[in-house]
Amino acid sequence: MSKTLFDKVWDSHVVKHIENGPDVLFIDRHLVHEVTSPVAFLGLKNRGIKVLYPERTFATADHNTPTRNQHLPVKDPLSANQLRALEENANAHGIPYWGLGHKKNGIVHVIGPENGITVPGATIVCGDSHTSTHGAFGAIAFGIGTSEVEMVLSTQCIMQPKPKSMRINVSGALSEAVTPKDVALFIISKLSTSGATGYFVEYAGDVFKNMSMEGRMTVCNLSIEMGARGGMIAPDEKTFDYIKGREYTPKGKDWDAAMEYWETLYSDDDAEFDKEVTFDASEIEPMITFGTNPGMGIGISNNIPLAETIDGAVATYKKSLEYMDYNEGEPMVGKPIDFVFLGSCTNGRIEDFRAFASIIKGRKKADNVTAWLVPGSHKVEEAIREEGILDILTEAGFELREPGCSACLAMNDDKIPAGKYAVSTSNRNFEGRQGPGARTLLASPLVAAAAAVTGKVTDPRELMHEEVLA
Amino acid sequence: MAYDKFNILTSSAVPLPIENVDTDQIIPARFLKATERKGFGDNLFRDWRYNSDGTPKEQFVLNNPIYSGKILVGGKNFGSGSSREHAAWAVYDYGFRCVVSSFFADIFRGNCLNIGVLPVQVTPEFLDKIFKAIEADPKTELEINLPEQKIAILATGESESFDINDYKKDNMLNGFDDIDYLLNIQDDIEKYAENTPL
Ligand code: SF4
Repeated sequence: MSKTLFDKVWDSHVVKHIENGPDVLFIDRHLVHEVTSPVAFLGLKNRGIKVLYPERTFATADHNTPTRNQHLPVKDPLSANQLRALEENANAHGIPYWGLGHKKNGIVHVIGPENGITVPGATIVCGDSHTSTHGAFGAIAFGIGTSEVEMVLSTQCIMQPKPKSMRINVSGALSEAVTPKDVALFIISKLSTSGATGYFVEYAGDVFKNMSMEGRMTVCNLSIEMGARGGMIAPDEKTFDYIKGREYTPKGKDWDAAMEYWETLYSDDDAEFDKEVTFDASEIEPMITFGTNPGMGIGISNNIPLAETIDGAVATYKKSLEYMDYNEGEPMVGKPIDFVFLGSCTNGRIEDFRAFASIIKGRKKADNVTAWLVPGSHKVEEAIREEGILDILTEAGFELREPGCSACLAMNDDKIPAGKYAVSTSNRNFEGRQGPGARTLLASPLVAAAAAVTGKVTDPRELMHEEVLA
Repeated sequence: MAYDKFNILTSSAVPLPIENVDTDQIIPARFLKATERKGFGDNLFRDWRYNSDGTPKEQFVLNNPIYSGKILVGGKNFGSGSSREHAAWAVYDYGFRCVVSSFFADIFRGNCLNIGVLPVQVTPEFLDKIFKAIEADPKTELEINLPEQKIAILATGESESFDINDYKKDNMLNGFDDIDYLLNIQDDIEKYAENTPL
């Protein structure tokens, strides 16, 4: 029978199928961080059991960590306590722990691929919804709740009904300044934040084929924002080149054996999807959001849609604009902003810093803007230095911070103050996501850079065409 | 952790007719710093419920004493966003045992089922009827009958059936959780693992 990529990976991981119930799914690799794990470890303790396969589990500290002075003790006692709990739990169960200051430390979805924990055809989970990032490698990867973290720690399995399948095709050539982030925000704006709920998505078409691994990660990362459990892209030469030689990928004979399996990972020609949608790449512009969910995005040159033209509840739409203090029908370009955040598991990789640097090079940070540039990991930070990007940033008046989730969820000190506007390369513009009362405009690193040097929402294409005085 | 059994729940309900209520609203990230599952109900809907100085926002439904009960009724796409189970814990800890909506985000729905909060998905029309019934009488009661998979508005007698898979239904009725099940089939799991390289 012909199968989709998703079927192939899922079916081969089913330990047991329960009639009119979930599948028992084996999890190859499990990523753990400080926020969603302590109660799970407590559960194990209460049952008097140990982690079944500690060698399949990896722990890092990222959500709660400061992005300055990481060598000093963490000031907030609650955060410090949570970090200590993770370290103690990891040690007690023999789990590798990459805490603050460790050279492999960083955002969980950045360090997975960097260290070769993420491989094609694997099942990967983490107590964080953006686990979908790892789908870029042809893995089934999705976020789970703490009860499920406890299941994986204690039995290396979770119980889930098999999701339906959806294929999203984007073909054609992308226009200038349109990045993977824009492709994803465009799709979400078309499907809405619940358009893919109940589905697992496969991305197909030349746009994704031609995309870098970093770009594929950005796209898969945002799958959850259309409601999907996860998203994946069939592995190809680019994928294999990226992972080869990384610490946790198979070596020698094991690599050859793995390649044999990985090369079977694609959707068969006549495989059927429960739903299929197609978009034309040429329709996509650099995107920006204007509301309080990631589906509320528009091409940057457009005006905020009128309430009467949207589908969905008008009251909810108006409440959202009220929170943003925006009016329907207004243009986005020219709107003043206060903060810029470059970072997160969506856009905190080296390619994102390269894009940001390409715009700010030879320009200066706008005086009214506070910019937080936060690399996704120490390895990204290192590359930023090695490639000379740090010099470009410094010269333009920017400062680089230390890695972590930072203002993506504002659990640490990096909170956008109430009422302020932030152009953010992260993934969620929910009310208060970046701090109580904060207003978030989601966009690509290029749009973020254009805002950072002009102090307002600016079409990056304008700057790209402008001569920069050396 | 095993949880309370769920059979038939009859209660008044708290209405929240807003769409796309995300888990950052249900419990903001800054309240996720605990290492134990305690006290999350205090911060349920924190930023909708309280001003920044901690005084209650009078107009928010949880601060309005005419509404109460063990059932929370929310708008479409309830629980979207972050996978934080803390959102389900907050709902539970506040005292809700059932959430009704016309559409749930996947992870939130799963998290609820895993801790003993029953997510009941109804048609948009029925959701509307519930909101109207509560508007007419805030004390109006809903009956959630899990064995029969039925939800009814007692005052009008209107009812609708809802879906839940047999396995989860059995778990809810008996207060079992998935880990009990998985620990019981550990031999199968270990056999599978032996044939699965890292
Ligand atoms: S960067 Fe944001 S979305 Fe990504 S793991 Fe951290 S908190 Fe979650």
